[in-house]
Amino acid sequence: MLLSLEPRGQQSRPMLWLSPLLAALLTLISGALLFAALGHPPLETLRVLLIDPISDLYGISELLVKALPILLCALGLAVVYNARIWNIGAEGQLLMGALAGSALAVHIIDWDSRWALVMTLAVGTLGGAAWAGLCAWLRTQFNANEILTSIMLNYIALNLLLFAVHGPLKDPEGFNFPESAMFGDATRLPQLFEDLRVHAGFYFALLALVVVWVLLQKSFLGFQVKVLGLDKRAAGFVGFREKKLVWIALLISGALAGLAGVAEVTGPIGQLVPQVSPGYGYAAITVAFLGRLNPIGIVFASLLMALLYLGGENAQMAANLPQSITQLFQGMVLFFLLACDVLIHYRPRLKAAGRLKAKGWTKEAAA
Amino acid sequence: MDIDLLTNIFYAMVRTGTPLLLVALGELVCEKTGVLNLGQEGMMLFGAVAGFIAAFATGNLWLGVIFACLGGMLLSQLFALVALGFNANQVATGLALTIFGVGLSSFIGAGWVGKPLTGFEPVAIPLLSEIPLIGRMLFAQDLLVYLSFALFALVAWVLLRSRVGLIIQAVGENPNAASAMGLPVLRARALAVLFGGAMAGLAGGYLSLAYTPMWAENMTAGRGWIALALVVFASWRVGRVLLGAYLFGLASILHLVAQGIGLSIPGNLLAMLPYVATIAVLVLLSRDAIRTRLYAPVSLGQPWKAGH
Repeated sequence: MLLSLEPRGQQSRPMLWLSPLLAALLTLISGALLFAALGHPPLETLRVLLIDPISDLYGISELLVKALPILLCALGLAVVYNARIWNIGAEGQLLMGALAGSALAVHIIDWDSRWALVMTLAVGTLGGAAWAGLCAWLRTQFNANEILTSIMLNYIALNLLLFAVHGPLKDPEGFNFPESAMFGDATRLPQLFEDLRVHAGFYFALLALVVVWVLLQKSFLGFQVKVLGLDKRAAGFVGFREKKLVWIALLISGALAGLAGVAEVTGPIGQLVPQVSPGYGYAAITVAFLGRLNPIGIVFASLLMALLYLGGENAQMAANLPQSITQLFQGMVLFFLLACDVLIHYRPRLKAAGRLKAKGWTKEAAA
Repeated sequence: MDIDLLTNIFYAMVRTGTPLLLVALGELVCEKTGVLNLGQEGMMLFGAVAGFIAAFATGNLWLGVIFACLGGMLLSQLFALVALGFNANQVATGLALTIFGVGLSSFIGAGWVGKPLTGFEPVAIPLLSEIPLIGRMLFAQDLLVYLSFALFALVAWVLLRSRVGLIIQAVGENPNAASAMGLPVLRARALAVLFGGAMAGLAGGYLSLAYTPMWAENMTAGRGWIALALVVFASWRVGRVLLGAYLFGLASILHLVAQGIGLSIPGNLLAMLPYVATIAVLVLLSRDAIRTRLYAPVSLGQPWKAGH
């Protein structure tokens, strides 16, 4: 038997949404096989990884805490990726948001007014937007590939952050730990419930979700962005200005990532530390694709990704598996997704090898 | 600056440039056939961890090198399957490969972090290594650096002088015409991706077996990405890849230079230099869009299927 791919002619709408589910299922199966191969009971380990972490209210709250930055970054990525601008820099933009916000926050520790929080959030958001703006400037002005510039800016942002916590922003009373001072209460995002870490950043995520949804699905700007992504030349012919769209898309994406970063330091962390992000910006890439660059899809994908982060921590404690299982599953699910996506445009067909042979035989006979 | 310092800087420049040279040569061949594989970082990391574990478990460094190559090749074929077999977007598939490689290598290597290993030691060639300034740079390196010289010569010869080089070029410049001439486009591309995987794996192995003989998560520190920029920097010409790799090597060891001339700049700021340099180079070389388009393989990044 031979498997061959036949073009469908037009993309299959059911497969468009079945493919992510199929990819998630395949990841689970591969995960179970991997656990079995490593000598862990597969179903038990999957439970430790995916169900135990959210079996109580505290777990649900932690899930939301982790999903928040991922969701914000991924929503931004949905905007740029729809325009086929490959911003890989959400991680750096998140870090710059955290850094910029912290640079202000440590200087206004004594403030009592709520404006302290507003200003810190604004500065963080602008920090992220500025970092993405650099990419936009390099691309529109110098034609520099944004994949490479944005990833380089990730490494630069990380080093800037490390420099800041070892130098100018280091807490003078912090026993020489590479951390900033704890922020003042007025610059902290309030928690939504007592004893649970889920914080007011939740409302920003909801707001961002609505804004990005309206932008992509209902606005002329979103339409322009999508046309640019589908066919750059066509966008030019109807008079959409590419440079302007590149700028806008990247600024939105950077601002959301920056907001994610500053919400982390003013929310659950409360100070600037070297490990602001365990790779949320990279996880957001997987999430954006898994959610089909659609805001609603991205909500589910980011909850799944947050669950993987929680599960990774839990697996380390309960099953003595390395925490990097999170990244491993991230990579697997993205790979399976891209592989399953082939079914959107192609129909798999089994060709009987016997028939082919028979054909060959008749040819030979004819000759 | 005295001559000893310069000799040492040249020596470290080649040592640091070697992993970049290896990955970039692999990616160059790959891009010449029209395939853009952004998974270099992931393949390097997997090569590094595979090589380290093999060398640690058997005590044989060369076995480590072989496993590093095999590791890179294994991952590269995942890319080939999805991007070439299934016609998926090459950018997304390459990103997936990097994310997967980062996760897989951290997962496998979790128990090996910080284990000590005696790596490849420099082998000085008598007499030649005593040439002032360049002797140490060219003739007192470890065996993998010498291997990288040989591989550079091989790739240059294949691309510029051999029939295989012509096939590579034909497939990358015009896959339809190449296919009409009876050249196996997809097989040529898959083989180029395989070669790229071996080179990236070898570069990872160089890091974990010679440069800093140990395993640490994300120890490649973006070298796979810098190599991608290097290929653009080189305008897809093999000689310039060599030049670029050593220039970037130099940018990465500028802290040595700074120490040498008595400057004190915080380490984290100096660590940014290779990345800043990469951006600067991209800006300088991409400014002229027409020129970039002239040198880039025409079908770069475009999916291709027979009969479409």
